[in-house]
Amino acid sequence: MTRVQLGELCGARSGDKLDISDVTLFAPDQPTYKTLCDRVTAAVVAEHFAGIASGPVERYLVPNVWALKFVLHGALGGGASTCLRSDSQGKTHGLALLRLWVDVPDHLVGVASRLRPRHPDAAPRKAHHAS
Amino acid sequence: MLRVGVGQGAFAESSELMLSGLEAGVDYLVCDSLAETTSAFFALDRRRDEAAGFAPDLAGRVGVALPWVVNGTTRLITNAGGHNPLAAHQAVVHAVRDAGHRGVGIGLVMAEPAQNAPGTYGPPSEGFAEQVYLGAAGIVRALDEGADIVVTGRVADAALFLAPLVHEFGWGWDDWDRLAAGTVVGHVLECSAQASGGNYSGDWWNTVDLARIGLPIAEVAADGSAVLTKPAGSGGRVSFDTVREQFLYEVHDPAAYLTPDVVVDLTTVTLTDLGDDRVRVSGATGSARPKQLRGLTFSPGGWSSEALLTYCWPDASAKGRHVVAGLQKQAADRGLAVSEWQVEQFGVEGFWPGLGEGDVCADPREVTTRLAWRTSDAVTATAVQRLVGLVALSGPPGLQGIGRRRLGPNPPAELVDIAPFFVDRDVVERDLQVLVVRT
Repeated sequence: MTRVQLGELCGARSGDKLDISDVTLFAPDQPTYKTLCDRVTAAVVAEHFAGIASGPVERYLVPNVWALKFVLHGALGGGASTCLRSDSQGKTHGLALLRLWVDVPDHLVGVASRLRPRHPDAAPRKAHHAS
Repeated sequence: MLRVGVGQGAFAESSELMLSGLEAGVDYLVCDSLAETTSAFFALDRRRDEAAGFAPDLAGRVGVALPWVVNGTTRLITNAGGHNPLAAHQAVVHAVRDAGHRGVGIGLVMAEPAQNAPGTYGPPSEGFAEQVYLGAAGIVRALDEGADIVVTGRVADAALFLAPLVHEFGWGWDDWDRLAAGTVVGHVLECSAQASGGNYSGDWWNTVDLARIGLPIAEVAADGSAVLTKPAGSGGRVSFDTVREQFLYEVHDPAAYLTPDVVVDLTTVTLTDLGDDRVRVSGATGSARPKQLRGLTFSPGGWSSEALLTYCWPDASAKGRHVVAGLQKQAADRGLAVSEWQVEQFGVEGFWPGLGEGDVCADPREVTTRLAWRTSDAVTATAVQRLVGLVALSGPPGLQGIGRRRLGPNPPAELVDIAPFFVDRDVVERDLQVLVVRT
């Protein structure tokens, strides 16, 4: 097992509907998708966003595009038109999810390195903590 | 095969971006102005001025599209009518006439009574405006009656794109799989470049060429299957990865994406990357449309203003927190009623409180502290703003921008609370008004 941030494996995008932040995580392939279905539960995501979302988190699996959808209630300070936050629409929440650390089988990290190129200016990858 | 393009995905987007689809000669170009928050602004506009409440850039956008509209290449559909589709329609009629074009069909679709008054379809409330999300039917009627340009108020975003498909292909209103397929096409297109490389969370440095970005175009077959692409030679990227990020954007339950015209199951869709910026979208399935339509009530949410204070090292974060605490105490001592404070520190924990542990720089070179506040009225919001002037020369060392305008007064902004409601569709649809005026 290797401990990695989701950003090394996945893409993500988020958007808003009233006080709901709608966050989707995209796996690079089927094996990674299956692993993430086990690891990235609604409870894990709720804990990750505890400082941002006050309500429950629902998870939906979308196997046809290897995606996990998280619907975060109470996540936008009442909604974009009334919220005092600078990110009033939760546009950054997808990338915030990519900061989550997960344990995955070693070979998935190799796949991700190939499928998810890093920016030329990016800092070196953090040391993976074997677990 | 029909080519449907998007010309706008948000109110603030440049009208120059419409040109990529127009120059590609799409059959229909659809412009979406109405994010929820934009709609709140337009509601405020109309409350202030009965003649306002629609997108102020509408006439300019019509001007951009007009050469392709009048020569019969492209028809334009827009929800820029916002909270005042009637006035928006008149503005377009005048703009087209002033440009000297006669015989252009300008369609109006609306269901809201002219006053968009709260309590018309939704519950009685403290609100000052309401809107109901309409489906595609009104726009289809306007197209059937020969509209070259269709102006609407609030219509479900994807329905703006579904309408020309129903008009051209003659799909039945109970042909759920076709309606679902058209809705998927519309959903993927509705946020403009977000389906052609914009906001892509992968290797954006290989896709983002802002000088040449091409907005996505769908080539739709009569069975509803489509190929998503973008104008030849344009920037951006249409791939499995860029399209799937938009495919699931803001839909909540992907197996039951609720729209006024159909409930779509997105989990049956196949996205096939054909290469060369072409992605095939097929296999959508749908089920019977909801019996109720969704509406929004807009009500006063108080006022806010904010201050940005950037301090340099050392202890930049602590300086910001110290000043915020001081300003909050000053406001309290002066009896200024602030119902909510928001403190964010960019460079430390700006967007994501609680998420930064472990890898936040301990003592950054600079930290911008943002303080925002909510009050019940504009006068109090401004009074709090004036307190920021206390810190310029009397606070901790290392504040940037002293003597420049950015520390000065920030005009307060009115906030809007939006609450959803549901209403039987028959009640709304019997009010549907469709009008096509020839210039």
